[in-house]
Amino acid sequence: MSKIDITIGITGLNNTDNPGPGVPVIRGIKESEVFNPRIIGLAYENLEPGVYMEGLLDKTYLIPYPSEGTEVFLERIEYVHSKEKFDLIIPNFDAELFTFMKAAEKLSSLGIHTFLPTLEQYEERNKSNLPEYGRKYGLSVPESIDITSHSDILKFDKDKDFDYPLMVKGKFYDAHIAYNEEQITSNFNKISAKWGLPVILQEFVKGTEVNVVALGDGKGNTIGAVAMRKQYITDKGKAWGGITIDDPKLIEITHKIMRETKWRGGMELELIRTNSNEYYIIEINPRIPAWVYLAVGAGQNLPEALIKLAMGMEIEPYTEYKKGIMFVRYSYDIICDLKKFETLSINGEL
Amino acid sequence: MKTKGNIAISESGFLFDPTTGESFTFNPVGLEIFNYLKEEKSLGEITEIMTEKYDIDANNFERYYYDFTSMLNQYHLLENE
Repeated sequence: MSKIDITIGITGLNNTDNPGPGVPVIRGIKESEVFNPRIIGLAYENLEPGVYMEGLLDKTYLIPYPSEGTEVFLERIEYVHSKEKFDLIIPNFDAELFTFMKAAEKLSSLGIHTFLPTLEQYEERNKSNLPEYGRKYGLSVPESIDITSHSDILKFDKDKDFDYPLMVKGKFYDAHIAYNEEQITSNFNKISAKWGLPVILQEFVKGTEVNVVALGDGKGNTIGAVAMRKQYITDKGKAWGGITIDDPKLIEITHKIMRETKWRGGMELELIRTNSNEYYIIEINPRIPAWVYLAVGAGQNLPEALIKLAMGMEIEPYTEYKKGIMFVRYSYDIICDLKKFETLSINGEL
Repeated sequence: MKTKGNIAISESGFLFDPTTGESFTFNPVGLEIFNYLKEEKSLGEITEIMTEKYDIDANNFERYYYDFTSMLNQYHLLENE
């Protein structure tokens, strides 16, 4: 069977120590037996490592940050589309998803497919809304409160709310543990400066962190789900090594979420498994995570499955994956021609 | 005492628990005892084999045995009975 030619725009090419999912998503797509992809890298910075990796991208374009405004952002996407004729765009950052979801109709009218959650789905699983989400769907979630100012920190009462230690989290990224009010304040300052408001205080749950990468078809079906435990965690809390695990309860929780929320698109669930085998959802990320290539290695090519869903193709859900499959990240110095950097910086495309 | 059913253990003494993702390494004696537990041998049977094979009396062996199995329990490598 001949492969289907497809042109895909992909963001998240920042394979740094806080890696975006773009590169592993592309690796999965390139291993597809169904598609013959042409990959267009959409980079926010001219030093995103994925841009310089040999054999990864067919073309790269710089795009403006969504914070510069939807109009400017869409204009640039339209320009790239006029040159490259996207069939599909896979956004990979939490911070850009809102813009892509808002623009989904416009993109669709241009002939660009996406496969994203609805705005409602995206909002209700927000860190700030997680306790309410837990109550609505009958899931265990640690208590949390939003902090938007220093006076909110003063209002926090460890006897009334929840005790120390607790987690201080950014609305998109970043999480730090705090043992007292001073540490809340210093983390609040750091996180709010980087990711904006609100900052979330979340009850600390003791146990082992376990994660699931999953894909929902938007009708309540789980197209794939792979569970993983981080084996090596960086100082940024990112997995530098991980292993697929056989945890039926974790997969059952994933299916329940997909079924009840009718989630559409990729998702990463972050949970704490306590010593008494209880599971607390600490985060739900509305996109494919950077460790998705482990799922591909374990037998579930979720990036390929996402393309099939986006293109309205028939799809058979994955029901199994190999357990005990590991990944270990590494850093690697690529020697680059200055010309590439120059071209991308001056022309905004490469 | 019964070992957890889905545990994989290699001849070299490397054990992987697929439920938790944890891995452990046994020394040769630990591996031997773990394999007897997997075969569902009783404490009496294991004690008999070990005291015949090694220079240790039953009382001392049992002390080490309980120490070893309580560690297995702590790491959730035994089935709850």
